[in-house]
Formats: sequence, C-alpha cells, structure tokens
Amino acid sequence: MAPIIQLDDLRKTYASSEEPVHAVRGVSLTITKGEFVAVMGTSGSGKSTLMNILGCLDRPTSGSYLLDGIEVSKLSRDQLSDLRNHKIGFVFQNFNLLARTSALENVELPMLYRRTPLSPAKQREKAMAALEMVGIGKRADHTPNQLSGGQQQRVAIARSLINDPVLLLADEPTGNLDSRTSIEILGIFQRLNAQGITVLMVTHEPDVANYSKRIIVMRDGKIRSDTQVAKRFDAAEELRNLPVETTP
Amino acid sequence: MRLQTSFHTAFRALLRNKLRSLLTALGIIIGVAAVIAMVGIGNGAKKQVEDQVAALGDNALMIFAGSSSRGGMSGGFGSAGTLTLDDAFAIKRDIPGVQGVTPEVEGSTRISSGNQNWFTRLNGVAADYFSIRMWNFSFGGPFEERDVKTAAKVAVIGKTTAVEIFGTEEEALGKVVRIRNVPFTIIGVLAPKGASFFGRDQDDTIVIPYTSAMKRVLGTKTIPRITVSVERGKSVAMVVEQITSLLLQRHRLPGDREPDFTIRTQEELTTMATATSKTMTTLLGFVASISLIVGGIGIMNIMLVSVTERTREIGIRLAIGARGSDILMQFLIEAVTLSLLGGLIGIGLAFLAAALIMHFSPMPVYITAGPILYSFAFSAAVGVLFGFYPARKAASLDPIEALRYE
Repeated sequence: MAPIIQLDDLRKTYASSEEPVHAVRGVSLTITKGEFVAVMGTSGSGKSTLMNILGCLDRPTSGSYLLDGIEVSKLSRDQLSDLRNHKIGFVFQNFNLLARTSALENVELPMLYRRTPLSPAKQREKAMAALEMVGIGKRADHTPNQLSGGQQQRVAIARSLINDPVLLLADEPTGNLDSRTSIEILGIFQRLNAQGITVLMVTHEPDVANYSKRIIVMRDGKIRSDTQVAKRFDAAEELRNLPVETTP
Repeated sequence: MRLQTSFHTAFRALLRNKLRSLLTALGIIIGVAAVIAMVGIGNGAKKQVEDQVAALGDNALMIFAGSSSRGGMSGGFGSAGTLTLDDAFAIKRDIPGVQGVTPEVEGSTRISSGNQNWFTRLNGVAADYFSIRMWNFSFGGPFEERDVKTAAKVAVIGKTTAVEIFGTEEEALGKVVRIRNVPFTIIGVLAPKGASFFGRDQDDTIVIPYTSAMKRVLGTKTIPRITVSVERGKSVAMVVEQITSLLLQRHRLPGDREPDFTIRTQEELTTMATATSKTMTTLLGFVASISLIVGGIGIMNIMLVSVTERTREIGIRLAIGARGSDILMQFLIEAVTLSLLGGLIGIGLAFLAAALIMHFSPMPVYITAGPILYSFAFSAAVGVLFGFYPARKAASLDPIEALRYE
C-alpha cells in the first residue's frame, strides 16, 4: 500500500523572545491508505502543531513531510492552499460552517476554490449527493443556526469530502457533541473508512480513540506509543446497546 | 474562483448588512451626485453664455477704436475716438465678402412719452444692424438706409422699454417718444432677446439711425465701434486681415506702429465669455471630487471593520483551500461593488437634483456624458484604491490564527 502520509524526523520550533519553543521534536510516521488513526495527547503534547502541519496549514521547521507522494515542507502558501483544497478534508470541533449560509452552499464552498472549476449544476449535484451520504439531504437549505450540533457536523463532513480528498483530518470532531451524537458521527467515519477513505482524528478521549484502528500517543513533541486497537468499538453496535432515550 | 461567483458572494455579504452598506456607500453617492450636478450647473452657465454669444451671429466681428495693448481694458475699447464713419463706408465699399456694416454709437439717456419716463440705453446704428444681429420684430419693422441718410426721427424700441413706457408692446407702435426733448416716432418693436452674458437686459433699449443719434442726441463725431458681418462661406480670418490692412492704410500707420483699433471676432468673444465659466466648472468639479475621496475613506474604514469581524470566515475559506488571491479578490470586489453601486445611485440622484434645481430656479443644469463617465470611473477607482488595503490585510491572515479567532 502506498503511504498517504510519510513523516521523517519532523520538527517544529517557534521562535520566542526567551528561548525557542520546540513543539514537535523529531516525529517519524507512516500512514497508509485505508487507515483510521487516532492521535492522542494532553495539551502541550504537540498534537495540535502536528495536526496543523499534517493539514498543510503550517510548515515544519525541518524534516520531511510527504503527502500522497508530494513533499510539502518546501511548498509556497498558494501551493499549500491548493493541496488543502483537493487532498485534505477538514472536520473541526466547532464545525466551522459559514453562518447565514445554507448547508448546501457550505458544502459547495470547497468546489468554488478548485483550480479546475465545475459547472454550477454539477457542483449542486455533487453537494446534494454528499449531503445525502451523511443523511442530511432533507435539510440542504437550512442555515447552521437552524441545525443541531450533530447535523452541523454532518454538513461539515459532507463539505470535507466534496473534493474527493486522500485524507480526512478531524480535530476533536466529537468535542462539542453529546455521547449519542458522538457515536453517530464516529459511525460515519467508520463507514467512510470502510469505503477506503483514510481518516486521521485528534482526540483526548480514550473512548473516542477506540473507534479507530490505530492509536498514536504524543507527549512532549514526540510519539510515545503507536499501537493497533485490539478491541475496536463498532458504532452501529454501540448505538444499539445505548439505553433508549425517553424524551420527557 | 469564478468572477461571477465572486460578485454573487460580494452581493450577499453586502445585503447581509443593508443599512451599513447603504451608509458606507452614501459618501460615494453624494460625491458622484455632487460632481455630476456641479459640473452640470457649470456647463449650464457656459451653454447659456455660448447661446447668447451665438445669437449675435457667428459670422460677426467687431472693430473697436483704440489699441488693445496700449489702452488695454482699463481705457475701455472704443474710448479712443480713432474710428470714423468713413472707415465704416470704406469697409463696406472695398472689402469683398462683407455682408453688412454698421457703425455703432451708444449712450444712456432718459426718454419720455406723456408723463412716463424711462432711463434706457440708446443705440445709434445703420439699417444693417438688425440683419447682423439677427434681430426680428414683434411689431412694425426696422428703419431703412433712407432714414439713416436723412437722419430721420424714427426709433425702434425693445420690449422692456416699450412695456415700461406704454404698458404693452402693441401700444408703443406709432407713438412718439421724446429723447432729450427730440421727438422720435416708433416704427418697430424688437422681439425679446433676454439678458446678455454680461447680465444686461438686451430688451431695455431704444435703437435709432446713427446719424440721428450723432447729430440730434449725442452730438459726437467719432464712433467707438463698427460691427461687420461676413458673407456665409467666406473666411472670417481673411476679412479680418483685409480690414486690418485697409484701416492701417487709412489711418496712415506704418507697419511697425501699433494699430489704433482692435478687431474681435465672434469666436474670440465666445472664448473670452466662456473662459470664466470654464474655470468655475473645473473648480466645482474639483471640490466635488474631494467628497469622492472622503467617500473612499469611509469604504476603507468599513472594510477594515468587516475584515476583522469576518476573520473566522476568512480562516474557514483559507482552510478549505482558498488562496490568498481568492480572499483578496473577494474583499476587493466587495469594496468595488459597494462603490459602483454608490456611483449608480449617485448618477440617479444627480439627475433628480438637476430636475429639482431647474424646477425651482432659473439656473440651467446641463448634464453631459463626460462627468458621468468620469465620476463613475473615479468611484470604481476609489473602490479599488481604498478596498485594496483591507483586502490585502484579509488575504495575508494566517489560517491557523484566523480559525482560532473568536
């Protein structure tokens, strides 16, 4: 399997007035197509910095980062934008949808910035299909403030997939959701992963991490452990086992 | 990003804050309206002057006694007494292409009829005068060459004078009016011409043969001015040249001496008359342009606020793959859309203002394409110029920082 992500001695140092801050101190890592990886770690462990570099939002100070065979560490700002546009799909903790903009238009947004534009009709069709896929096609014309947190996150997932990325990056995707909705969202990730999409998820909850296939724990800017999940949670099964909610 | 999509996005962003967008564009709206209306007022004044000068006949030229450079304007054209009636006859006799010639003497005088008095302007002219000035008659008609030869006591009066003394124009015809106690019979009433470009009422006048004026009323021997009309199709410049050499010869002035007369063509008079209103138009336009710049600063101010407010939106757009240039275009197009919309509304407002001014005042407003195009282009330029800094600020945001912005 071709590696989607290949890191070699990746380092990130922030210049500071007192002494330089070493956020990431030599990370080497390979993630192949079809993996579902959870990155864990306390705050200050360097996982956010690593996430930003993997998401092409930031460049490493040294070391190499190959994303789908492309060396990212030396690319320009515009080239990084283009990579984010068609190689990576982002899902954030606070959803980050455009306010006062319909779900459909939010999903269409990444297509507007494609270097090879699609016709407006084609865009609409693709966005609609993506919304159907995450089970929210009926609410395509709703704006974010008319949607629940779980629904907003579904819209965000639809948006992240719209340009057929090689990597789905999720930063604490269930951080703002209740437990049932969290499992539903993790179920979507598991389903997408089963279809062959590579997923990398940052979380600090071990329960959430257990829905992935591989857990990487960071500490002090280095990888402390890297293990396969022995007893993986299945979202569909967990949902069935949840006590039936009684609405008061 | 497609340009069409960019404009769509910009419109939506502007519609989201309707009141704010309107207030921001107000500076441009007022600026554009002011430029167009102000230049329109200036042009109206200029056109009025041009029309009046043209009414004199564009083939006319005037010869003033006295040198323009020696006496200058301080002495006043025509005060030198160097032109004679024989000069006028010689011009009519010897210069080809001359259609009409009239010596002109003038003075201010009190005229009376019965117990009515009026102080007016007296013009002594030849019969050619009326055709040269293209002046028609409401009632009666002009005096003829025969009347001039005999220094007949006949007069033609303007509308204002007729109304002041006889009540109506019609009443005046055939009546006798006393000019410095000399009785003159009114044989014609001139069609009204309105105010001249010097602001004088041209209809407040009484016109008599110059012979009568010189012998019977004013008692002068020299004439201050000769007006000449050139035949259609003949070169005015050529006639000017021939008159110049004829007069130099008649006045026995060698070539190196300053001529003792000044010739002004219609074109020169027009230029002189419009120069002032042109300056005024330019000045008005310039002052109004300043308000456009102030409007631009208003746009910049609001765009800067908008960029700060929408930091997170910018962060999202950058994260999902917008380039810096996409963000730059988005905000630039927003600023330009704002200023262009302001420009369009301003153009509408200018026409409204022009209509109101013309309805409530006698001032003519003459709106031309020039200032409309100029101010519209200027407002677009203002949008680009003042939108650029905020847009660049938005484009250079760091996506990580912008996403974290609360």
